Amino acid sequence: MGRSAPAFARALVAAVVLAAGALAAAKEAPPEAADLAIEARMVRITSELRCLVCQNQTIADSNAGLAVDLRRETRDMLKQGKSDAEIVDYMTARYGDFVLYRPPLRATTALLWFGPALLLLIGGGVLVFTLRRRSRMAADAFDPDVEDDDLDPLDDAAATAARSAATPGRG
Amino acid sequence: MTNANDKGPTRGRLWFLIPLAAFFALAVVLAVGLKRDPREVPSPLIDKPAPKFALARLDDATRVVRLDDLRGKAFILNVWASWCVACREEHPVLLDFAKKRAVPVYGLNYKDTRADAGAWLARFGNPYDASFFDEDGRVGIDFGVYGVPETFVVDGNGVIRMKHIGPLTPDVLANKIEPLLKKLDA
Repeated sequence: MGRSAPAFARALVAAVVLAAGALAAAKEAPPEAADLAIEARMVRITSELRCLVCQNQTIADSNAGLAVDLRRETRDMLKQGKSDAEIVDYMTARYGDFVLYRPPLRATTALLWFGPALLLLIGGGVLVFTLRRRSRMAADAFDPDVEDDDLDPLDDAAATAARSAATPGRG
Repeated sequence: MTNANDKGPTRGRLWFLIPLAAFFALAVVLAVGLKRDPREVPSPLIDKPAPKFALARLDDATRVVRLDDLRGKAFILNVWASWCVACREEHPVLLDFAKKRAVPVYGLNYKDTRADAGAWLARFGNPYDASFFDEDGRVGIDFGVYGVPETFVVDGNGVIRMKHIGPLTPDVLANKIEPLLKKLDA
C-alpha cells in the first residue's frame, strides 16, 4: 500500500533470496516424510521401542532429543536397506533389552512371561483342591445357615435409634 | 479352635500361613523394586569394547581423535554439554578429580555448539585433557548415552568397565571409580 515500485522490487528480490536460502536448506535436510513407505516402517519399528528419556513413551511418540535422533538413525538404516531385526539389534546393543516394549523370552525373563499364567494355575489348583475337599466333608462339618438376629448390625443400629428416639428430654 | 471334633489337629495346620508368606514375599519384591531407580538403565556395553569413533577435538576442529589413539592407559570419558544443568552440578567434582591426574579425563561434548561449549569451559573451568565434539550425537548413541551427564571408565584395552549415569559425586568417585582404576592399574 502506497509503496513505490523500487521498494516493491527490492522487497521482491529479498523474498526471492530468502526463499532460495530456504530451498537450499531444504536440500540439506529433505522433508522427513519424503519416502512414505520408509516413514511408515520407521514408525512401526519405533513404536515397539521405549524412549529412554521419557520412559513411558515410545521412540515414535516422544519428542525428546534422543528419540528424534533415534528416529533419524532408524530412517537412515532403513534407507540403507537394513532389516527390522537389524535395527532392533542396533538399539538393544546400545540400550539393552530395556528399549523393547516386548521383552525377549530368556531365562531371566521367563518369570515375567509365565508368572501370570503360573499364578493363575496355582490359584485354580487351590480352588479345585479346596472345593473337592469340601465336597467330601460330611454335612455336619459346616455351620448351619441360620440367621442370627442379634448379630445383625443394622438391627442393632435400628434398635439403638429407636431407644434414643424414645428417650425424653433430648434435642 | 477348641473344637474337639476337629480331626487331625496337626494336618494342614500351617497351610493357612501360606498366603501370608506369599504376601510378605511379594511385599519384599515390590519394596526392592520401589527402591530401584528406573532411570538407571543397565548398559549392555559394560565389559564390551568401547564403540569406535573418530571425532574432531572441541578446541580444534582440524584435529581428529580416534578411540585407538586413547588406548594403552585407562581413561575416563565424561559425556557433557553446555545445555546440561546437571553437568554444572558435577563439574566441581570432576575438576577436583582431574587435579589428581590419576588418569586422563576426556570429555564427549554431546549435541552442543563449539561456541557454547567453549564458553562454558572458560567460565566454569576445564577438567578435560581433551573434549571431542559430537555435534549430532551419533557417537553418544553408539555409547548408549540417553541422559547427560554420563561417565564411562575405559580400560587400557579399550573395554568399557563401568558406566555412571547422572552427575558424579565424591562418593561415586571414591567408592566406585577410584577402586576400579586401582584394580585396572594393578
